[in-house]
Amino acid sequence: MAVDVLIVDDSAAIRKILHRVLTQAEVPLGQVLEAGDGVEAIEKLTAQPVNLVLSDINMPNMDGLQLLARIKANAAWSNMPVIMITTEGSQAKVMEAVQLGAAGYVRKPFTADQIKEKLAGLI
Amino acid sequence: MSELTQTIDQGKIVQSVCAATVEVFTTMLGMDIQAGEPYVETNTRGPSDGVASLVGMAGAWTGTGSINCSAAFACKICSQFLMAEYHSVDEEVLDAVAELANMIIGNFKNLIEQDLGPLMLSIPTVVFGRNFSTRNLSKHEWTVVPFRCGDERLDVQVCLVPSGEKMHALRPGYSEPYSVHC
Repeated sequence: MAVDVLIVDDSAAIRKILHRVLTQAEVPLGQVLEAGDGVEAIEKLTAQPVNLVLSDINMPNMDGLQLLARIKANAAWSNMPVIMITTEGSQAKVMEAVQLGAAGYVRKPFTADQIKEKLAGLI
Repeated sequence: MSELTQTIDQGKIVQSVCAATVEVFTTMLGMDIQAGEPYVETNTRGPSDGVASLVGMAGAWTGTGSINCSAAFACKICSQFLMAEYHSVDEEVLDAVAELANMIIGNFKNLIEQDLGPLMLSIPTVVFGRNFSTRNLSKHEWTVVPFRCGDERLDVQVCLVPSGEKMHALRPGYSEPYSVHC
């Protein structure tokens, strides 16, 4: 079954890298959508739901944790796994993401294997 | 200007910059990078060419972290990031340098928070051109760690002061802080 993914990061470079990593991970990709912040992510999800979200935390307009909270509060999206991919390494941020319902947490810089490991079992 | 009431361990600053930079280059770029002799800089750095990216930090301590490199190295970094060839600085190269600064200063922040308490990061700003200088407002010291990656150089520099100290610093051109009474 093809997996539709939304990649949310204010860095176009990171979005490209994650797209490449998903391809290398041999994920059966369907559509790969991109958003530069949480507000754009909500717009994209409203237009087309996906099977997986990869999101940064520190972004303008709406950050990744606010986005995560919005996704989990929406009945239509609440079962969608969200993996946080971020430079934020504090235990407090990790716990906050987990409490909000994040399916995984990957710190930047990351390797392709680390992403693959987080995806295993989710899709 | 009041004297600093808190001190910062310069050795820890340098150690954290080195650890963060090496980890980012090794993990994300697969490039070997070597730290040179760190130094402290107070005066305005002379005009330079190339690319600079700055990230603000705020919390109990306030300041800025930045990375500086030549345009050629910025293109090389982007090429490694995106596995494509970049021969001139364009939007994608600037974005790659900004993200590099985000990761290096972000990881530096994660390490130094153990000593300085929680810090928040700004979104990176990236500057590109010729004959530009950067300095901070109150001429506080920068800790500079020069790195070598093959023939190229990357400078990572950090300036951090206690937040209370920053608030009492006079701005150049203003005689006394003033307040408005309503």
